[in-house]
Amino acid sequence: MEVLQLLIGGVAQGCVYGLIALGFVLIYKATEQVNFAQGDILMIGAYVALTLIAEAVARGWSIHLAFWLALPLTMVVMAAFGYALDRVALRPIIGQPQFAVVILTIALGFVFRAAAGAIWSTEPQTLATPFTGKKIVLGGVILGAESLAIIVGTAFLSLVLFAFFRYTRVGVAMQAASQNQLAAYYMGIPVKVIFSLIWAISAAVAAAAGILLAPIATIDPNMGFIGLKAFAAAVIGGFGSLPGAVIAGLMLGAIEPFAAAYGSRAGLPKGVPEVSSYIFMLVVLIVRPQGLFAQIYKKKV
Amino acid sequence: MTSPNGALLEADKLTIQFGGLRAVDQVSFVVKPGEVYTIVGPNGAGKTTVFNLISRIYDVTDGRIVFQGHDITRVPAHRIARMGIARTFQNIELFEHSTVLHNLLIGRHCRNRTNLFTEIFFTPGVLRQELEHREKVEKIIDLLELQHYREQIIANLPYGVRKMVELARALSTEPTLLLLDEPASGLNIEETDDLANYIDDIKNDLKITILMIEHDMRLVSRVSDRVLAMNQGRVLAEGGPAEVQRHPDVVRAYLGA
Amino acid sequence: MRNIFKTSYVQDIRLFEHGGHVFWYGLLLILVFAAPLVLPQFFVGEMSLVFIYAVAGIGLMVLTGFTGLASLGHAAFLGIGAYAHNYFVTKVGVPFPFALMLAGFVSAGFGIAFALPALRMTGIYLAIATLAFAVIIEQVFSHWASVTGGFRGVAVAKPNLFGWQTTTEVHFYYICLVVLIVITLGTRNLLRSATGRAMMAIRDSEISAQSMGIHIARTKVTAFGISTFITGVAGGLLAHKLQFISPEAFDLILSIQLLLMIVVGGLGSLHGCFYGAIVVAFLPQFLSLVKDVLPPSIGNIPGLQGGVFGLILVLFILLEPYGIYGRWRKTRLFFEIFPLYRRATFKRQRGYLKTERMK
Repeated sequence: MEVLQLLIGGVAQGCVYGLIALGFVLIYKATEQVNFAQGDILMIGAYVALTLIAEAVARGWSIHLAFWLALPLTMVVMAAFGYALDRVALRPIIGQPQFAVVILTIALGFVFRAAAGAIWSTEPQTLATPFTGKKIVLGGVILGAESLAIIVGTAFLSLVLFAFFRYTRVGVAMQAASQNQLAAYYMGIPVKVIFSLIWAISAAVAAAAGILLAPIATIDPNMGFIGLKAFAAAVIGGFGSLPGAVIAGLMLGAIEPFAAAYGSRAGLPKGVPEVSSYIFMLVVLIVRPQGLFAQIYKKKV
Repeated sequence: MTSPNGALLEADKLTIQFGGLRAVDQVSFVVKPGEVYTIVGPNGAGKTTVFNLISRIYDVTDGRIVFQGHDITRVPAHRIARMGIARTFQNIELFEHSTVLHNLLIGRHCRNRTNLFTEIFFTPGVLRQELEHREKVEKIIDLLELQHYREQIIANLPYGVRKMVELARALSTEPTLLLLDEPASGLNIEETDDLANYIDDIKNDLKITILMIEHDMRLVSRVSDRVLAMNQGRVLAEGGPAEVQRHPDVVRAYLGA
Repeated sequence: MRNIFKTSYVQDIRLFEHGGHVFWYGLLLILVFAAPLVLPQFFVGEMSLVFIYAVAGIGLMVLTGFTGLASLGHAAFLGIGAYAHNYFVTKVGVPFPFALMLAGFVSAGFGIAFALPALRMTGIYLAIATLAFAVIIEQVFSHWASVTGGFRGVAVAKPNLFGWQTTTEVHFYYICLVVLIVITLGTRNLLRSATGRAMMAIRDSEISAQSMGIHIARTKVTAFGISTFITGVAGGLLAHKLQFISPEAFDLILSIQLLLMIVVGGLGSLHGCFYGAIVVAFLPQFLSLVKDVLPPSIGNIPGLQGGVFGLILVLFILLEPYGIYGRWRKTRLFFEIFPLYRRATFKRQRGYLKTERMK
């Protein structure tokens, strides 16, 4: 029972990692830019949702209505934010070394954190959702409704994204742009707009992750640091693979609670559970510098 | 020093397989000391791959490469320059953010004898070495008439000059065998004529053997002693420039008939 | 415009290109040596922090600016240097200068141990691996209490030079200055000889570096070793400067500050380390001054310093990718060749992406 309980908690956490990692991979796949601010975009998304829901509830709306309206609205707001971010900060440095983008997005993360602290204060806050505190007991395993919502939400978003890239014109154009920017441009694909759209989608996914994460964590300007672990997931997943990112996220999510629960019993030194995901990532990088799933992805194409 | 059979470089049934594709298939040829040996063939014939095999960027799937009697088939790539094989690249691979002089000095790397600790203190030995490098490099700058560009950053130079700088960098390594990958591509007629003269100088004055890939048949005919034609990874014909150009298989490969 | 007529090759190899340089650098040297005589104690302390940051910046510059290997975790090596130095001084009783060097070697040991398996990674993967390494090392600092003092940290005494106990900020200022000069000269020497050229060659084109006979892996490991050695030495000095070291002193933010330093200063130039160090060392002071002027709602944001650092970094990358040193070169050229200056002289070439992933 204990194992199952740990596993479900881990899977829910892993879904959040997976969702954030999806955001990384989306941007990387299309632009080969690495967005270190993904976690901070998630944080802003969570704050936007918090504000919207608080506003709605203050007007006497039911929490259900407030949440289900705030969810899509937040994603739209954050999509606009992502689009604008690319337009203003990233587009001017298209064609510059990858490293410039890395530093730029890390720096943007710091700016976002300071701005969020100024706007929403640095006090941790909790997001009220329809799932808060509800529990389902299934054969002796206690299942938080928040965790269930995360798992269902992640599955749904992954399917939507998969369908988008597989079946829509824009999705296919994005894949083309990712493989050869100039060639795609000559074929009449508006590469710059495509890039901005990718950033918009990625920011919307991050916002969704933020809203799903908020009930099992607290909202504060530093919550974006979860992005670093999601980053590990993206790397383990091979950085170019959407399913890889989700699977790696799940793996990391599952490893952590077990390392914490059994680590000291198994004789691991103190502190190892906290960094188990990074250790796992380093091992993967050393053994397979291209990530776990990159090879599979390569063969298919 | 050469092999018993008088070859400087000997490629013996070179084969490389990328997945299902045999990019180079059982290619054998012999380069003799002092000659200009040219490989021709349509795009995708596997010419550059042969160069990449010789400079050890790729590992052969099968076959042997012998240079000056040594089997270099498994020698690590960074040792090749020191053994006396230098090369240029089809799509110029210079150090963009550095000056011409700096690029050529990097070419001297394989002749370097100083170590990290003497360099940190910049001992008189290091200074002597630097001066020696500089003198050698200046000779090449004189030979290829690059004096005017010495202090310029590569990124600011026109294409033709960059090609010459790449040639100069390869010469800075003091090679015995020089691999030139399409040295005339992107050059205008005058520049190509200059190049032909430089190749003659390199061959006659510096006594360097040249293995070249080239499409410009005028240049090929003018400088080459022998020519090898390739298509789809295989050898079509070998012989004098005129002879190879007339060979029916070669004509067919080029015309696609 | 200054025209220099060169009459011997040595002129290109010397430390200083011409008499003007000798004069200006000489003047600078006299100024920094005389500074403590006139400056108030507080400024002397701040200046020694600039020197320490500059040393650390040179360390990171060797790796990132000259070899092209990005590190997002260099604070870990500062930390390793700091703890190792303190350990050697207090627990083993090694004299200060040797302890400082040993700290460098310990840091370099970790750097090389990290670099050996990490060599197969390229670009972004390497950057992420350094980040993970730093996070793990921070945990080691927290939990290896017998050496590091754990979460509570350890106090660091003022340096003792072979029995002479230093007491004032001025003494420490001179120690930092001497270390900085030694490290700068050593690095400069390296950069003008074969190893330095090999590093820059790898930064620009690995494939042709290899064809020129450069052993890529060995050169990268060397770059890691030198970089982490220098950073470790800076860490040893920083321990004395902070007087108290704890794991959170060497967190991600410090790594980012180091990066900020070399980017703002100007990637790929030694001058850049100095400009960057001045910015990073003085910005907090500047902010605390400005705080009093700003309305409290802005002035009291907890993450203000990080936010301002971030904003500066964003603006530099967007507007002046060559950093302060690049701006200085442009300004100088503008006046030298006035009115012929063209903006295109320094224009960056763009490379449009053609992915290598599918190969």
